[in-house]
Amino acid sequence: MAQLLFRDALNQAMSEEMERDSRVYLVGEEVAQYDGAYKVSQGMLARFGEKRVIDTPIAELGFVAVAVGSALGGLRPIIEVMTYNFAILSLDAIINTAAKAHQMTAGQLSCPIVLRGATGAGGALAAQHSQSLESQYTHIPGLICLSPSTPADAKGLLKSAIRDPNPVIFFEHEALYSAKGEVPDGEHLVPIGKGDIKREGSDVTIIAWSRQMKQLIEQADAWSEELGLDIELVDPRTLRPLDMELILASVKKTGRVVIVEEGFQFNHVGAEIAYRIQRDGFDLLDAPVERVTSIDVPMPYSPALEKLVLPNADRIKAAIRAVCYK
Amino acid sequence: MKQTSQLGAHAHNFPRGRAAELPKETLLKMYRDMVEQRRFEEATGRAYGLGKIMGFCHLYIGQEAISVGAAAALRPSDVMMSAYRIHAQAMARGVPPQAIMDELFGKATGCVQGLGGSMHIFDIAKGFWGGWGLVGQQVPTAAGVAFAQKYQSTSNITMVFFGDGAVHQGAIHETFNLASVWGLPIVFVVENNQYGMGTALSRVSSLEPLHEMADAYKIRHYEFNGMDLLESYDAFADAVDYAREHSRPVYLEAHCSRFRGHSMSDPGKYRTKDQLEEEKAHDPIPGFAAFLVDCGVTTHEALEAIDETAKAGMKLILERAEAAPWPDPELISKYVLVSP
Repeated sequence: MAQLLFRDALNQAMSEEMERDSRVYLVGEEVAQYDGAYKVSQGMLARFGEKRVIDTPIAELGFVAVAVGSALGGLRPIIEVMTYNFAILSLDAIINTAAKAHQMTAGQLSCPIVLRGATGAGGALAAQHSQSLESQYTHIPGLICLSPSTPADAKGLLKSAIRDPNPVIFFEHEALYSAKGEVPDGEHLVPIGKGDIKREGSDVTIIAWSRQMKQLIEQADAWSEELGLDIELVDPRTLRPLDMELILASVKKTGRVVIVEEGFQFNHVGAEIAYRIQRDGFDLLDAPVERVTSIDVPMPYSPALEKLVLPNADRIKAAIRAVCYK
Repeated sequence: MKQTSQLGAHAHNFPRGRAAELPKETLLKMYRDMVEQRRFEEATGRAYGLGKIMGFCHLYIGQEAISVGAAAALRPSDVMMSAYRIHAQAMARGVPPQAIMDELFGKATGCVQGLGGSMHIFDIAKGFWGGWGLVGQQVPTAAGVAFAQKYQSTSNITMVFFGDGAVHQGAIHETFNLASVWGLPIVFVVENNQYGMGTALSRVSSLEPLHEMADAYKIRHYEFNGMDLLESYDAFADAVDYAREHSRPVYLEAHCSRFRGHSMSDPGKYRTKDQLEEEKAHDPIPGFAAFLVDCGVTTHEALEAIDETAKAGMKLILERAEAAPWPDPELISKYVLVSP
């Protein structure tokens, strides 16, 4: 086991897969000469050369779509978008081309891309640079959506994503790049569609991913003691397809569920999880499912306001008490 | 046919006369292809009127010199990609007309098993890569295929078609820039039939001729009369050779007319009857027929026989499409994701 930063775990995953498969290449803004806007691709240009680590103009509409086309043509692009706020421009290529190519050609084409980049609120970045737009992608059949919370999951999931024959959308929380964690040595793959219990508990299930899960891992011991409730943390890791088997097994154990998610509330990913829990686990529940999301407003700049908009300790603990009737 | 002077440092004069040098059999095949495409689209229009074909449906009638000239200039291993006025282009690439008609009818025997319909015709084995329904979407996608061709050190090229209604999409301009910067082996073809749906180009474009825009991206560009098969072949052959030899993009503007509406639901009120008749006077099929007879390649009678055969063939194709089976319900979710 090595201690690695989240960004270095991603770098290892990409580098190992590029060593393994010459069809894999990295393309995006600042990925090559600048070593990555978040230094995820540090050293990769020097290692793999400019044929396989490619800088683009700041033009997401075009370069993402061209990379999608290259996947149809037999390559396996890793497409880095600086943040998912900018990737909105490339939604036509992702939703209308990548997610449709296999079905619309009756299997004659496939589109093995990995779209990856920063998501979430990085800290006082205001309305246009703080969004968690995961549910825009989880809404679309034909896409696989991944959102790791630890360096180990980041590496293992990204390697699986690069090898997957489908279009994969990979979310990296901006505040996680410098997070440190243990990463298994050698070949480390995390299967797509499999969640993980990040903390065993018996009284209440909290479902979360990405940065929210990291914060919960850090707080869970203290909160369990403070609230007198043993918290179980369930990290789906894959947002589509969901590991409902794991989630329902946890619900069966606790009977109480809180979903914590950084995205806006209306139509968020957790709403689908909550629906599935009540449909397939109605008799397992002892209380209605609670959710804690960002408040449905464009993000204000002031740190004093931002912390009120994001899920925070007060709101999460209130939700835990609510489902436990405490 | 509107022709304009070529301006700009990257404008190019393509050599003429290559088509006339083609073997007699090739010239006759090109004539047969144009006629079959025309008859196919007429049959499609009739079947649509009878409710046998549903959805959006765009006919190619009038533009056959472009599809046939382009296909004749490509190698089988090259890629052709397009938007949604594509039945004839797919035929030009060798996709069996029965598989296309079955697809239009929504049948299991269609080229994409009934999942695509008129706008999404694909036959990758034949080098016809669709079939894309969002205006301009196919252009960056095709550039990506050209990127893959270059990355994999093939000698293949990609040719992509779009209409004059698509040229102001931002994605297309971003693609021109990348294709030039990265040296992609791609031939961009704007089929300028003068109307984006019902909107005349001059009302929405700050620039004409359209091929001039390529100059800003240092891309070789030129225009040709897309109603003349000989000129069309010459233009495409030069572009394909250049893209392949130099691994560079080329931008062609094909001036043309469609003799029908934008789609089956378009009554075409934006042009007068006289204007349409004037455009039909440039019909590429009789023009090429006259050339073939004048050169002694064939006779009027032989050409008429080709037409009769095509008509009879289309009748049979419609009957078979009607009789073909519907897709199984399992098809609904079969290709959403690649099976492990």
